[in-house]
Amino acid sequence: MAQERKTIGLMLKNNPGALSRISGLFCRRNFNIDSITSSATTDPAVTRVTITIHDDEAVLRQVMLQTARLEDVIEVFLLDPENSLQRELLLVKLAANVSNRSALREIAAIYKAKIIDLTPESMVFELTGRPSKIDAFLAMLEGYTILEMCRTGITAMERGPVRVHNRKPVETLKPEPELCEN
Amino acid sequence: MMLTGSEIFAEVLVEQGVTTMFGYPGGAVLNLYDALYRYQDKITHIMTAHEQGAAHAADGYARATGKTGVVLATSGPGATNLVTGIATAYMDSVPMVAFTGNVGTSLIGKDSFQEVYIAGITMPITKHNFVVRHVSELADTMREAFRIAQAGRKGPVLVDIPKDVTSDKWEFTPAQPVPETTVTSFDQEKAALAAQWLNHAQRPLVFLGGGVRSSKGCHALKAIIRKANIPATHTLMAAGVLGYEEPLNLGLLGMHGSYTTNKAMDEADVVLAVGTRFSDRVALNTAKFAKKARIIQIDIDPSEVNKNVEVDLSLIGDAAIILEAILPHIQPAAHEEWLRDIQAWKSIDYHPVNHNDRLMPHQVIGEICAQAGPDAVYVTDVGQHQMWAAQYLRHVKSRGFITSGGLGTMGFGYGAALGAQAALGRDATVVMLTGDGSFHMNLNEACTAVSYDLPVITVIFNNQVLGMVRQWQTAFYGKRYSSTDPHRKTDYVQLAKGFGLKGYHCENLGQFQEAFAQALKEHKPAWIECVIDKDEKVLPMIPAGGTVEDLMMS
Repeated sequence: MAQERKTIGLMLKNNPGALSRISGLFCRRNFNIDSITSSATTDPAVTRVTITIHDDEAVLRQVMLQTARLEDVIEVFLLDPENSLQRELLLVKLAANVSNRSALREIAAIYKAKIIDLTPESMVFELTGRPSKIDAFLAMLEGYTILEMCRTGITAMERGPVRVHNRKPVETLKPEPELCEN
Repeated sequence: MMLTGSEIFAEVLVEQGVTTMFGYPGGAVLNLYDALYRYQDKITHIMTAHEQGAAHAADGYARATGKTGVVLATSGPGATNLVTGIATAYMDSVPMVAFTGNVGTSLIGKDSFQEVYIAGITMPITKHNFVVRHVSELADTMREAFRIAQAGRKGPVLVDIPKDVTSDKWEFTPAQPVPETTVTSFDQEKAALAAQWLNHAQRPLVFLGGGVRSSKGCHALKAIIRKANIPATHTLMAAGVLGYEEPLNLGLLGMHGSYTTNKAMDEADVVLAVGTRFSDRVALNTAKFAKKARIIQIDIDPSEVNKNVEVDLSLIGDAAIILEAILPHIQPAAHEEWLRDIQAWKSIDYHPVNHNDRLMPHQVIGEICAQAGPDAVYVTDVGQHQMWAAQYLRHVKSRGFITSGGLGTMGFGYGAALGAQAALGRDATVVMLTGDGSFHMNLNEACTAVSYDLPVITVIFNNQVLGMVRQWQTAFYGKRYSSTDPHRKTDYVQLAKGFGLKGYHCENLGQFQEAFAQALKEHKPAWIECVIDKDEKVLPMIPAGGTVEDLMMS
């Protein structure tokens, strides 16, 4: 089955431990995640989480439905890769000296990466972009010595105006059914 | 009204309709217990021998009544001792609220005496849990806990209360409990389609799980099966929902279900699965489960759809409401040929053989039913006796069979039986069926039965071994009985006496008839030991991963 990268968005009540409920659930259910990022929203009571996974449709469905069961989860939605903005931030520190510095600058210029630190023996680049762009940039650095690296993981939102996603079904008062004690 | 956190605690319990709770005191909950002392006329607190017993008691109370069970324990070991009980309730979707004390907020995170992060420990085994960080949040957090426990798919909720929260004061505003809520919406078109599939089926089968009981959907389900003569089979959790006397009830499905039920599932062309999660004890081989059938699934929890078995049509919502909607679309049918096939399978099914010289489990259970009558409530531990109870008890009450299904918790029975007895009152007949293995885990609760005069009759199927494990070792491990034959020398009659209750020892049916009649008459906590053969098996059996083709009858 197709195992493309899938991006899931979550709106979460900003309660203590809410994020650990998400990560704990993934661990317990044996779901492998590529990345998880979390951030504040315009509402201080709500946190936004973006999760990416590589798995088939059945697992994706379970990931979304099991996540939706958590009390702290307000909504869960799948981000369509065609219709969403997905960005990641990379910081990479390379061993660099007089001999290779200009070659590195050239690669950085092509990818529009910024040089944000420079010493006689190292350089630090900052790059923001789609994960595929980050991957391509890193591939270009393969012949060099990477001293340290961090990627933030994907953060994403849909294009266009705000949409309300499939919220959980609202629970209402249960009508009294006919007695069923035998 | 300014009240301490402990007074607020007691007030909210009363407000939520709690009349009985279970627990065990300790340092971090001293203030809470001090408040409960003053609320004794409104709330009966039953102190068990061990917090695990209290958790199982709250669970048994909830299963016997449908009301939310309540348990209270102190911080640290008190809290961790609840874990098995909470996990048991979680796996079987039982509404429960567990309260734990914790060290004061200034001591949290310092590895203080009896400090444990119980919210973290119980995250994967609760619907939700809370740490109350300030007394101002206490009342509403408790109310929210009770609401969540009963809402939608039911389950346990834990509320952790630091000690300073129990002594601090805050303004208390009384409130009314929220009546039970559920998902009332569902897809009308799908409901009509489900009925259409059932109407066109030649070999329809209803497959029901514990969700039917939780949603109070038994009435609608019965009406459907009777209207169109649709046979039904059930999971362990749904024993009693349809009743033994219902001719369309084929009985238990799965690993220790009958040939008939498993064959019917194998041959059915449309299966209506209600409130069941297709566990691996029922859908032993998910790829071949109901392989000729189109499966319709009704469940309140959308995550149960296609989790274990792929279904063809799913209806998300409350089973009672959806079944009521399906009912008018169902056309009367006879299904004569299908019912005749089923009748033929019944005649070649496994039937246990009676013996006069030794105690046979099915005969003991038959005798229990005959004497205890239709109003009795049965509670089990886990193992062979549990399966025999599921197979041979004449289940007639929807809430008459209390057993740990999903987690399979040995040691569940005694606490749960005490909880059921406390819920149903002293006059009720509560019979606990256990094995010598399970019983040794938590038999300490005998002291609770005696202290509170809870007249649970405990029938111990003593085969001297861990029978279920032994059965697997016999079948699949070349009879290497690794650590299942402990040669215990327990004298149950003496031990019962030591606890202050009556013990009986039986080796044949006549002795058992007499002992059980005596125990029923005395209506006091009692133990009845039944000596059975160590190689008695639970039959039939389908090995893990198998199908009805692999069913073993000997």
